[in-house]
Amino acid sequence: MAEQERKQNRRADSRHEVEETEEATAPVAEELTEKIDDLLDEIDSVLEENAEEFVKNYVQKGGQ
Amino acid sequence: MTERIAGAVIGTETEFGITIRNQPDFNPVLASSLVINSYAGSRARIQWSSEEESPGKDARGFGYQPPPMADFESGLVNVVLANGARLYVDHAHPEYSTPECTDPLEAALHDKAGEYVLEQAARAARASLPAGERLFIHKNNSDGKGNSYGAHENYLVARSVPFGDLVRHLTPFFVSRQIVIGSGKIGSENGRPAVDFQISQRGDFFEEEVGLETTLKRPIINTRDEPHADPTKYRRLHVIIGDANLSETQIFLKLATTRLVLEAVEAGTIGDPIVLTDPVESVWRVSHDPTLQTTIRLADGSRISALDLQWHYLETISKHAEMEGVSEIDQRAIVEWEQVLEMLEADPRSAADRLDWAAKLDLLEHYRERDGLDWSDPKLRLLDLQYHDVDRDKGLYHRLVAANRMRRLFTDAQIADAAAAPPESSRAYFRGRCVEKFADAIVAANWDSLIFDVGEDTLKRVPMMEPRRGTRSMVAELIDNSDTAADLVQALGGTDG
Repeated sequence: MAEQERKQNRRADSRHEVEETEEATAPVAEELTEKIDDLLDEIDSVLEENAEEFVKNYVQKGGQ
Repeated sequence: MTERIAGAVIGTETEFGITIRNQPDFNPVLASSLVINSYAGSRARIQWSSEEESPGKDARGFGYQPPPMADFESGLVNVVLANGARLYVDHAHPEYSTPECTDPLEAALHDKAGEYVLEQAARAARASLPAGERLFIHKNNSDGKGNSYGAHENYLVARSVPFGDLVRHLTPFFVSRQIVIGSGKIGSENGRPAVDFQISQRGDFFEEEVGLETTLKRPIINTRDEPHADPTKYRRLHVIIGDANLSETQIFLKLATTRLVLEAVEAGTIGDPIVLTDPVESVWRVSHDPTLQTTIRLADGSRISALDLQWHYLETISKHAEMEGVSEIDQRAIVEWEQVLEMLEADPRSAADRLDWAAKLDLLEHYRERDGLDWSDPKLRLLDLQYHDVDRDKGLYHRLVAANRMRRLFTDAQIADAAAAPPESSRAYFRGRCVEKFADAIVAANWDSLIFDVGEDTLKRVPMMEPRRGTRSMVAELIDNSDTAADLVQALGGTDG
């Protein structure tokens, strides 16, 4: 049950501002959003530059 | 617990993607050679003797075709490592073949060790590139432009098990296991219908049900019959319909569940096969639906989802385990398999901590939500590609691990150890220890033999036709007590080669 609630919260908070949730679960939802934001910021910092050029030039010879 | 041959020996082969940024005359064969030579350093290079290999031999028993690309494969860079693995250039990619392992957890560890070797090799190679040129190695299976390269699995199988039984029982299993073993990718390839995101890297590339090919018209069941062992007792089932995985859970589940299905076929506990109407079409249809709602048609007219097919196999294997008894590692695989299926049933993104495709999808969806990106945005394509970078500082799988968002089965130390030392309960132990101690005297190696030059008129060939011999308990003392390769060969009574 708790698992189900947690999942619903995670889905809700990723859609930005949502209406008031229960007091007990609201801080958890915020924490998760913050964690995701931190993760995406961290990934942005290691992501290769010039995505379009990199992806376009990534051509491999076929193998097995 | 009855002693079975199915999957008693397991290994994987991975072709890695390679590119050098800002190198105008980039040549993948030269780049792959650079990577491998940089890793090998001063380690003696040992020839791979391929005259006894027979990749053109067909398991269905009708005839012998010349091995495809035979010239391409010979004479290129080849290194045999002290862990018993083979690192070489194949089809313009660096390829790593793990040593022979005797359980799926050990084989998963060695698959990860291969990734670690390529990471180290890439780091060494970068030192010799001019400023501005940047080398990348990706553990993936496609460039997103219709070119695919493989991540193969190998399982020892008893020759007495009819090949047709393997085909019947494995085909629906391979079609459905994509949802457990996929690494995910944006878009479709090879003329398949357009899709935003799909489960498998490889699913678009399968065009036949059964066949010998591995590079064109790839078949769901590959019939290469090249056991690298006593052919009267064994087959080596060569599985080409799998994705290269970064997730440790996934590699373990891929090898363990497939091995268990093979064991149930051998034991006769697998039950009646489920017959798909069109397995080839089913492969891409399953892969193209990350919501897992798609159903595929069965010969009896009914339809079934990939998830329900996997539940069917799990149930069959659980019964097999109850009746026959299985190892602790197999029990663990069964428990983890069930957990993954439950997660996929609830919400595939809930498996983001253990399945590459779910982790990737979850990450891409977060980016789409935050930045309002369309599926065709190059930034998403870059995220998709960079997920597979083997470098721990750059690869997004590794960044998820560092953020404690991916479940691990192994420690970094265990993986590094596996890159250095061979498994102890297969012939890889003998090969690895000989390479470690007598590299200068080894002229050529192969999965089933080593050829020594001990300074006599003839070379000495040590055959290793039984993959479950040459183990630590059988040969450690012999190797420890031999000061030279000549001593070792004499002690073994090696034949002239």
